[in-house]
Order: sequence, then C-alpha cells, then structure tokens
Amino acid sequence: MSLTIIHLFLLLSPLRKQRIYVQCFSLTMSGNKEEEDPRINGIKTKIRVVTCSVSKIAGIMFQDITTVLLDPKAFKDTIDLFVERYRDNNISVVAGIEARGFLFGPPIALAIGAKFVPLPKPKKLPGETIFEEYELEYGNDRLEMHVGAVEAGDRALVVDDLIATGGTLCAAINLLERVGAEVVECACVIELPELQGRQRLKGKPLCMLVEYR
Amino acid sequence: MFAVENGLQGDPRLQAISDAIRVIPHFPKTGIMFQDITTLLLDPVAFKHVVDIFVDRYKHMNISLVAGVEARGFIFGPPIALAIGAKFVPLRKPGKLPGRVISEEYELEYGNDRLEMSVEAVKSHERALVIDDLVATGGTLSASIKLLERAGAEVVECACVVGLPKFKGHCKLKGKPLYVLVEPSQLDEVTF
Repeated sequence: MSLTIIHLFLLLSPLRKQRIYVQCFSLTMSGNKEEEDPRINGIKTKIRVVTCSVSKIAGIMFQDITTVLLDPKAFKDTIDLFVERYRDNNISVVAGIEARGFLFGPPIALAIGAKFVPLPKPKKLPGETIFEEYELEYGNDRLEMHVGAVEAGDRALVVDDLIATGGTLCAAINLLERVGAEVVECACVIELPELQGRQRLKGKPLCMLVEYR
Repeated sequence: MFAVENGLQGDPRLQAISDAIRVIPHFPKTGIMFQDITTLLLDPVAFKHVVDIFVDRYKHMNISLVAGVEARGFIFGPPIALAIGAKFVPLRKPGKLPGRVISEEYELEYGNDRLEMSVEAVKSHERALVIDDLVATGGTLSASIKLLERAGAEVVECACVVGLPKFKGHCKLKGKPLYVLVEPSQLDEVTF
C-alpha cells in the first residue's frame, strides 16, 4: 500500500510541477506538503522594498534587487536556482531585458552554455535590428534585438528581474518568435501577481522565485 | 596594461575574444568604428574566456566589490563577482537607482552625463574592481573611480574587454591601473 502511494506521488509530481507554476521551486519530491527551496527565503530577505519616484507604475512599491547583488551568497543562490532548472533543458539562447535582465541573464547563460542576447531599448544596438513595441501607462516603448543573433529553432529563455504587467516580456517573446525561436519559459526573480503579467505571456510558462502582493 | 603585456602573450583565448567582436563602422556617428561585444556574447566559449581571464587575475586580490557601468558592464561584472565571491554594485544613469545615491558628472564629446551609485552599497575600505566593456576616453571609468572613492572604497583596478592602444604600458586612470584584454578589432573580421 505504502509503495503504491509513493509511486503515485512520483508519477504525479512532474504533472504537479507543470501546474504549480506560481513558484517553480516550491515542490520537492517529499510528498503533499509544499516545501520551498530554503535558498528562496534567503533571497527574499535581501530584496529591498522602497517607495520612490523611480517606480514607473503609480502606487507600486519598488522591489530593489540591487541589494540581492550585494550579498554574494544570495546572488549565487538566485543564479543556481535557475541554472539547476534549465541546464538539462537544451536552452540555446538566454535573452535578457535591459538593464536588470543583464544582471541575471549572462551568469545563467554562461553556466548552461547558451548564447546571451541582450534586448535593449531603441538605438542602443549598433547593427541591424528588429523591434517590438509594447504599451506603457502613457504611450509606447520598444525592445530591439540584433538581426541574426537568434536563429530559427533556437530554444530560448527570457530573463528579467521582475514581471509586473508582462508588457516587456511579451515584447521579448514576440521578438524571439518572429525569428523562429521557441520560447521555452520566462524567468524572473520577482512577480507582482496582482498585475496579472503571467496572463500576457502568450501561454508561455513563468518561473519566478519571490512574489509580492 | 594589456593582457599580452602581462603574461598572456600567445594565449589563444585572446585571439578568440578579439575574433568574436564585431566592428560596426560609423556608429553611433561617422568616423567611429564601434566595437560590438554582442557577438562575443553569442559565443559561449569566447564569453567564458573573458570571464575566466578576469577571474584568474582577481580571485586572489581580495576584491570584495565589483562595480559595473550600465549597461554593458552589467553583462561582464556579475559573472566575475559571482566567481570571486564579491558583491556586485551597478553604476547607473541618473534616476534609475532607488534609495539614496551619490552622483558624479563626466564629460561627453558634447555636454555631460552622470553616473550614480547607491550610498549603502559600499563599506569603507572595501577593495573594488570597476568593469566596463570598453575604455576610450576613460571618462566613465574616472567617474566610477571617484564615486567609489567618495564612498570610502579603494579601487584596486579598472578592467575592460577592449581598450584603445594608448592604454598600453603602465597607463593609469586617476592613479589607478587599467587592465585590458584586447585592442579594438578591425573591420575585415566578419562575424555572425
């Protein structure tokens, strides 16, 4: 009887992992209690929440990840968690959204042997580019990508520090898909779930470490 | 000082790094041969060479802080910081960093710009490395050095992937040594 239950958990766990997308590290194989990876709390305690005019979304506190970077262990744990998830996933491209996606994307790319592709605002990239517009609260902005950086058939991961409305991530997904890449997942350190950004990812899964409500 | 002047002459990794950098003529304006490191980032082996060479140099220098200049310094700085167990401090354009910041102006060809750093990021007497993708005039690196020194850190060295030939020998920026991997690539090297 107990053997059957164990087999049931083992069989169901991969499916549960696919459905439990809120925190991609919240499950272990140990059974019915969600156990968060212990490194996550260490990362969360390092994120500084500030009220300031830098925030582009009125009424939202600013989740400052630069304080995570000041703690070598917390920073390393952040990268390790993503690397452990993606290293056997045949990811050939890690795309990072400027500028804070540049902090997390390259270490992940290096560790998993993937190319790193920066996705900056307009006029930063020197070569031929394609662009994708996305909406801001007032007006639009654009993300750009170098022509030729990503090829058809590339399996891509999109990285940013935080997902809020999902607009920039959606633009990134569009850029990658337009050149024939397959976006496997989006990875963010922080999610603001009340802004429902994960609904705007064209059905792509989101992996995040910490949520703020 | 260039890597070839300091023990790495003939190291094939330097040639691989140089070959991976694309030259874009007349960007952002006529006459400038822009050194595009995004092609280096598309070559995981060459990108790793960059990080490995810097890590080998700095891992025993008791560096506790790596400061990277926005935005391309954000690409090279964190992997180095992670490998040597140092913190990473972003040096950003105005208005991007939350909390209390200090700022330093530097000259552009026309006009000025500013770099900012969080005041809480640096402890007194920390040993710091400043990293950027390229050094040309040295204006941004000099501003970076000033920011860190104002916060009480000791800047041990500035490190760049690409540097103009004038930085050979014992050239210093604000009295600080400079370490550069390669000279600018030439236009006939085709990548992508």
